[in-house]
Amino acid sequence: MATLTGTTPERDSRTVLEIEGLSVAYRTEEGDIFPVRDVSLTIAKGESFGLVGESGSGKSTLAMGAIRYLAANGRVTSGRVLLRGQDLLTLSDKEMRSVWGSRVAVVYQSPGNALNPSIRTGNQIAEVARIHLGMSKQEAHQRMLEMLKKVKMPDPESVARRYPHQLSGGMLQRCVVAQAMMTNPELLILDEPTTALDVTTQAVVLDLVAELKQEFDSAILYITHDLGVVARVCDRVGVMYAGEFMEQGAIHDLFKRPLHPYTLNLLGCVPHFSLGPRRKTLNTIPGFIPRLDELPEGCIFAPRCSLAEPECRVAQPPLVRAGEDHLTACRRWPVVPTPAAEHMATITADLMQARGAAENSLLEARDVKKYYPVPAQGPFRQDKRKVKSVDGMTIWIDEGRTLGLVGESGSGKTTMARTIIGLVEPTEGTISLRGEMLGPTTRSRSRDVLRRIQMVFQNPDASLNPRQTVGQSIGRPLALFGTPRDEIPSRVLGLLEAVHLSSSYYHRLPSELSGGEKQRVAIARAFAAEPDLILCDEPIASLDVSVQGSLMNLLTALQAEKGTSYLFISHDLSAVQHLSDWVCVAYLGYAMEWGDAGDVLNPPYHPYTEALLSAIPIPDPDVIQKNIRLEGSVPSAVDIPSGCRFHTRCPRFIGDICVEEEPPWREGEGDHWIYCHHTFETLVEMQKETLRLADHDHGSPGVEVQV
Amino acid sequence: MSASVDAAAATPVPTRRSRVQTLRLYGRRLLRQPIATVGTVIFTIFLLMALFGPWIAPYGYEEQNIPDRLQSPTLLHPFGTDNFGRDVFSRIIVGARGIFLLGGTGTILAVLMGTTVGLISGYFGGLLDEILMRLLDVLLSIPSLLLALVLLGTVGPSLLNLILVVAVLYIPMIARVVRSMVLDLKTKEFVEAARIRGERDSYVLFREILPNALPPLLVEASMRFSYSIFLVASLGFLGLGVQPPSPDWGLQINEARNYLEGAPWMLAFPALAISLLVVATNLMSDGLRRVLQPGREDS
Repeated sequence: MATLTGTTPERDSRTVLEIEGLSVAYRTEEGDIFPVRDVSLTIAKGESFGLVGESGSGKSTLAMGAIRYLAANGRVTSGRVLLRGQDLLTLSDKEMRSVWGSRVAVVYQSPGNALNPSIRTGNQIAEVARIHLGMSKQEAHQRMLEMLKKVKMPDPESVARRYPHQLSGGMLQRCVVAQAMMTNPELLILDEPTTALDVTTQAVVLDLVAELKQEFDSAILYITHDLGVVARVCDRVGVMYAGEFMEQGAIHDLFKRPLHPYTLNLLGCVPHFSLGPRRKTLNTIPGFIPRLDELPEGCIFAPRCSLAEPECRVAQPPLVRAGEDHLTACRRWPVVPTPAAEHMATITADLMQARGAAENSLLEARDVKKYYPVPAQGPFRQDKRKVKSVDGMTIWIDEGRTLGLVGESGSGKTTMARTIIGLVEPTEGTISLRGEMLGPTTRSRSRDVLRRIQMVFQNPDASLNPRQTVGQSIGRPLALFGTPRDEIPSRVLGLLEAVHLSSSYYHRLPSELSGGEKQRVAIARAFAAEPDLILCDEPIASLDVSVQGSLMNLLTALQAEKGTSYLFISHDLSAVQHLSDWVCVAYLGYAMEWGDAGDVLNPPYHPYTEALLSAIPIPDPDVIQKNIRLEGSVPSAVDIPSGCRFHTRCPRFIGDICVEEEPPWREGEGDHWIYCHHTFETLVEMQKETLRLADHDHGSPGVEVQV
Repeated sequence: MSASVDAAAATPVPTRRSRVQTLRLYGRRLLRQPIATVGTVIFTIFLLMALFGPWIAPYGYEEQNIPDRLQSPTLLHPFGTDNFGRDVFSRIIVGARGIFLLGGTGTILAVLMGTTVGLISGYFGGLLDEILMRLLDVLLSIPSLLLALVLLGTVGPSLLNLILVVAVLYIPMIARVVRSMVLDLKTKEFVEAARIRGERDSYVLFREILPNALPPLLVEASMRFSYSIFLVASLGFLGLGVQPPSPDWGLQINEARNYLEGAPWMLAFPALAISLLVVATNLMSDGLRRVLQPGREDS
């Protein structure tokens, strides 16, 4: 096991949390496993430490083990956890309870579950002060309002009177943060606080976390899988892998010069926003995180490492000091390459370069509307209004090309896909495939039409029948669309191979697969029908970054090989930019901007696109992004704002014209359309201004960022 | 595509995990729960008694021996004898048959019909769902014993009628469980994927939805069976169950009432048999849930 002799930074008066050689065990049916082994870290006052790792890396277990908040089958087996010099592991349970909530506060992923839905928000927040600070009801109420102001809550008094379900996700998370800060805790643990939020809301919450550091002097432990988020809010970072630290260091050092191959690989998995040619093959990490009961000998990353030598597999390398505040667990750290262009979003092959211009339009969905009735409030209160999920959207998809459909949740992108495939019947509008009008539902479409459009769903856990083996799932469309029975097994194996799964997967059940593997099977099932078009509804959103990268590579490669068109739905603009030829940006069921991906994602943008772009966390701490934030959440699709539907949140709001008149569709160069009262010229002017402000010479290699 | 198919054709399709292996896995999971194992063992003993009762029982259940009437438990008559000098132990063993025949068959029938109603109601929804569910609500709104008495009073207590009454009483519960499973499953992406492929409703219902509804259905069925033991015993007590001289636990208890002071064993042992079987069945269905749906237990 690694030791940290001589590498522990000296404890000074600023040190708040000091974890030394912490190991955590979980009791399972197959014996004890150790998800966290001999890890150490320190966090100083006012500092935010980013704990990064993929799922299963032990990052949450480390944090919860340190504050002794483990599940019933978990226990700390060794180590010390000093909170301001006091060892938490020696405290009694009763003493620990007074530490929780007063000296240590935790904010979890889902703000909706963190608050009691039946108690008014303000009372819940104030309760903390009454319990832990012994304040009177009046004092607690005052402090609660004060805290809500500090977390930049608009109109705190009215928010305090509301119930949690009456607040948006971003506001809820602000309430939870305010609740956590009530006692001015010494340590604040944020466990993936923005993962469940939309990118625009995430940006607002991240700004809040960054401000917390100025407002309070708590030490912050920020747990996330997203390197972009870390770059935005953290001072120091620790990269975890299978229960151990691979690397620790100050944010700038670690991003500019990673000294562990795993960090380097993680940075390469993420599609970076760039002006260069798109559709590059992303770096991926071969293999999987090892099972905790089958950890490899020597360096635990060696089996997946491109720099590994035989010696790496002999003994486990200790964390060594490689710079002033930079620790690495790689014994070959001096030869870890500098992140150059080829390591960040590698150009191994531009698969899409060779093909010619798209000839034919494949699918056309014109003026599609999908309205749902508003659920009645009671037997005598019928509501005549409609939820306008999709409100007149038009999209085209060319043969062999990808259309990226982007937008926040509530923009109608999923409903659009479900309408195209016939799962829901459009209220209005037409859908045609190669000029042939399609029936409104799957029942009204011919078997051949059904075969030609397939779909890959967002949730890998629900997209495969838990009772059917992989072979059955992939074989069914083959059988249905006329493959002779005796050819099916070999065709299934061929499809498995195409999605890089070995034949041993044939008889496995979905419960025996990881999320990424399930999604590969779902992709193989979609391709089994040999479709012309696959609708991908956020297929990678719920997966780890390294798995996301390999799935994007797979989708690109399969498209190049088979010439299938994709409708790629995502809220992640970097993924969309990476995969799409055309991009359509949707808001409240209507397209705001659309055109060639290069045109849409470069200035001039529609103000909404501009805001979305500036909200993306970029995995480079040196990039200064435009600071455009959308306040509030997407308005209700029942009462769509008049005029331009974006006017209530638009950062480029002009005035009455936006409220009263519907904007025109303005055509730019090369089939680029913007739905806005601003002309292209004024948008260019406005966006140039902010661009200059943001165009700080960061000199980081390989990343060209224009947002 | 064709190239990769050729390459793959050389790879043999691996063999599938056999049913025997799956059963062994279930067996291992069951053995890890001692209480559920005990329940299952007791249940199995009762089941064997029902199947082979007349051959196991030391005496014939009708064998009257008036001189030996109302004897307390002895080695010859471990549970004593009743007012006709019949061996209580033998009558309990053979009496298990009536419980399993009425309760078991009735429950199976209820599962078959309730599942059909639940599948149709949940999957197609709309007016049909509304009509079926309101009909079931009517059945549910009448206390079950009362309903059973009314039905049997009308059609007479024949064996077939008893089975049908048990079935009718439990159809609503089973149908509701299945319907709620279907409502949940039909919005799952794998069901939508099947609809997108243009699968027929029958395929979606029986291949995609039903197999996933099976584990909770089995658990519900075993719960219903344990309720039906009470029901059958109650009907027997009221004289509407298996007709004498065939042994029936409920009837035995009824007969024992008059001899409570002199021969309490006449009442104690049939009552014990009922509670033991009910508790064992409950323990087994609890264990069944953990075996079939590991990780979903509510403990």
